[in-house]
This record gives sequence, C-alpha cells and structure tokens, in this order.
Amino acid sequence: MRLILHVKSAVLSVQDYSLLAARSIANLFSPPIYWADVFQQADLIGIGSLPIVLLTGFFTGAVLGLQSVTTLATFGAKEVTGSFVTLSMIKELGPVLTGLMVSGRCASGIASELGSMQVTEQIDAMRALGTDPTRKLVTPRILSAVVMLFFLTIVSDATGMAGGAMVGVFMSGLDATQYLHSSFQYLRYMDVLQGLVKPAFFGFVIASVGCFCGLRTRGGTQGVGRSTTQAVVYSSVFIIVVDFLISRVMISIFGR
Amino acid sequence: MPAQPIVAFDRVSLAFDDNPVLDSVSFSVAAGETRIILGPAGCGKSVLLKLVNGLLRPDSGRIHVFGEDITDLPERDLYPLRARIGMVFQESALFDSLSVHDNVAYRMTQDHTPVAESDARVLESLRFVELEDTVNLFPSELSGGMRRRVAIARAVVSRPELILYDSPTAGLDPITSATIIELLVKQRDVSHTTALVVTHRMQDTFTLATHAYDTASHRMVPMDKSGPNRGVDPRTRYLVLKDGRVVFDGDTPALTASPDPWLKDFIS
Repeated sequence: MRLILHVKSAVLSVQDYSLLAARSIANLFSPPIYWADVFQQADLIGIGSLPIVLLTGFFTGAVLGLQSVTTLATFGAKEVTGSFVTLSMIKELGPVLTGLMVSGRCASGIASELGSMQVTEQIDAMRALGTDPTRKLVTPRILSAVVMLFFLTIVSDATGMAGGAMVGVFMSGLDATQYLHSSFQYLRYMDVLQGLVKPAFFGFVIASVGCFCGLRTRGGTQGVGRSTTQAVVYSSVFIIVVDFLISRVMISIFGR
Repeated sequence: MPAQPIVAFDRVSLAFDDNPVLDSVSFSVAAGETRIILGPAGCGKSVLLKLVNGLLRPDSGRIHVFGEDITDLPERDLYPLRARIGMVFQESALFDSLSVHDNVAYRMTQDHTPVAESDARVLESLRFVELEDTVNLFPSELSGGMRRRVAIARAVVSRPELILYDSPTAGLDPITSATIIELLVKQRDVSHTTALVVTHRMQDTFTLATHAYDTASHRMVPMDKSGPNRGVDPRTRYLVLKDGRVVFDGDTPALTASPDPWLKDFIS
C-alpha cells in the first residue's frame, strides 16, 4: 500500500513538474514578460556564478592536462595533450561541470527563495494581488539560466583550455605553438555545437527544478531546507542524465 | 427582488489527502456585511477565505463571488475578479525584498498605474493605517503589528469591494489587536466595504459588532445601546465552523442567545 502511494506521489510530481515547465515556456509567447526580473536573475545567475565557473574551469583543465600528459607520455603521444584537453573540455567537462557548479549555487538559491515565499504565503499574496507567480518568478529564472549557462560554459571552456595549456607548457615542457595547434587540430564544429547545446538544457533543468522544488515547499523552515537539498540533488542528477541523452542523440546524428 | 450576495457558497466541500477540511458548507454574504468566521483551530477558516479568492478549488459544490461562478474559472480569468478583492494574510505575507512603499504599490505597479497617482494612493493608504513614516522601510524593520497594518494598507489601496481578513490579530498583544480592530471598524464604517473576517478571538468579534468609527474624533466608540439596534451593528454577522461544518449562521443577538451547549462554551 505504501509503495502504491509512493508511486502515485512520484507520478503526480512528474506531472506537476511537466505542467510547470510547459507553462513557463508558454509564458514567453504572451505578455506580460517581466524583463526587469529576467535581467536581475541574469545578473544573479550569470555574473554571480562567474568566479566559481572561472576557478572550476581553469583547475579542471589544469588537472586534465596534468593527468593526460602523464598517461599519453607512456604511449609517446604527449603532443596530442592539447587536443585531448580541448575536446574533453568543450564536449563534456565544460558544460557538465559548469552545470553542476551553477546547480549547486543557483538551484539551491532559487529553491530556498521560492520556498521561503511559499511558506510565508507570499506566493498566495502574489496571486491575490493579480500576478501569476509562474510568469513573475519561474519564467524569468528559466530564461536567464538558459542564456547565462550558455555564456558561462564558453568561459569555462576557455579557462579550462588555458589551464591545460599552462600545465602542458610550463610544467610538462610542451611547445606552446604545438600545443595550440594540437588543441584545434581535431576540433570540429559538431563538437562545439554539442558543447553549446548542452548548457541550454542544463540551464533549463537547474532553474525549473529549483523553482519546482521551491514552489512545492511545505512545512516551514525545515521544509525550505528539504526543498533546497532536493533541488541540488535532483538538478545534479538530471544534468548527468540529460548529458548522456544529448550525447547519445548528437553522436547518432553527427557520428562523433 | 433581493440584492445579489457578494459571496455565496453552495454545499462546498474540500479535503486534503483524504482529510476533510470543509464539509458541505453553504452561506452567503450580502453587500456591506461584515461576516465573522469563527471556529476552533484547524476547522477550515483560512481555507474558506482562500476558496473565496480562488486560491484553492473546492472538491465539490459551487462558489459565487460578485455573482460570478468562480468554481471552475481558469486562473487567468480570476485576476480581474481578484482586482476587486483585498486580502490580509495571517502572517501579513509582505514581500520581504520590497519596501513598504513597493509592497503597498505592488498591484498598481503591475497595472502600470502612473507613478504620481500610485504614490498618492500609497500615502493615503499608509495614512489610513497611520504608518506614513514607514514608507521607505522594509518589512523586516517593522514590528508584527506594523506589518499587519501595512498588509491592511496593501489590501485597501485598490479600494476593493470585498476584503478578506485572515486572523488579522493573531499573535498580537491586546493593545496592538485593538488598533487592528479599530482599522477594520474604520474601513467598514468609512468605506462600507463588505468583509470576511477570520478570527478565533471572541473579544475582537464583539468589539467589531458593538463599536462604530467616529469620524469626528477619529476613533472607535461603543455604539449607542439605546439606539434602534441596541448597541449592536446589524451588518455584522457570524459563521461558526466546527470540524469543517457550519454550526451557526446568524447575527450577534442570535449567537449570544444560542442554546447550543458547544457554541455557548465556545463563545464563553
């Protein structure tokens, strides 16, 4: 009996999430669109996440360079380190790590903010005052997250490649020109496309899951804490799952 | 032909997760009436207010507000109706990231009301609750009673035809409660707004029923007991709920004279 209730609850949650996500997208095609909130959220999500994305990207590229140059040297292929680091950063690590870092920072922030508003009846007050909370709170966050994650990923890719280059050139004695040449030698437009399609989906996952968890908060401050944790856990897991699905689809379409 | 009621519930029932909250509740509120909703904690009083504003939907029964059936009305179509309703939430529900001015002006900002007009009405509302000096403060800088008064200012700023007060004096000390009740009486007697007031404090309900606002002295005074209504406001009526069911629907004399032992015990 308890299992049936759990299954029923899970199915209802999926239905509610789907409806929220669909409504928030549909809101983009009819007025009003709260542009001030979109820009405010873009600042919070995008500019606010810049330091952690820069640091994560740089050191991920650096450690990737460090590990790969050691392994590749065993096979006498140290020269392709640049290519290895660039492809790994652009296709996978840049988008995924940016997604995970922004998820930890923003999905939790969104869930706690909306959760606090929910338990203090501010969401109901908003509805009573004639504002649709989905339009005012959810759509601006999703739009901002999608756009800003795209740019954050580009920043992460660039700093990751710089980190890899720094390790390769200054610590492993690779030639700088050769490193850069190798970095772009095997890179194709399809790889870049794959790396830039992913963050759009990840941004959607982060903001929509954060909003969903926040808006269904029950049970006071304890509930807000629970929603915050759930938002980070669910969005992180979804990012990995979505990453797999997009990679599978793109590889089947473009063959790489 | 009798005037159309402002709010009408017809056998409204609602349950949360198989727990019945309201069970076949029927009542109506006439224009200009102050309907006090009484009952023990958890009997469905706040839920009833949210149903009036369309913030919740009933499982069965019909709800009419301003003559319009809102039971199945889509959320988008409820917004024009909500523009005619003011609501004061139990814990004020002020937007904590906005200043007092922006909280009170919220609806007008969304409606793109000209700034000069909006500012004037915000000031007028804050003057009504005697808090015009707090205009630039944030909710976190106000006391509980002040927050409640700002919530009242936010509810009345759009000059609504119906105001819903959800436990406006809950958690406040007696002096602050008296100030809030005075504001309710002032709103009722100056603007003649229809109101639903949820409360569990009998003292507040009897103050509402036996006092009037004196515009000359700018304060609440007891009604004349030698007058035609014997010192009781005839527009103040009661709805008492118990376990989600209506156990009393009537005026002040009928409530105090009720032979029901539970009701007698409750109002004592």
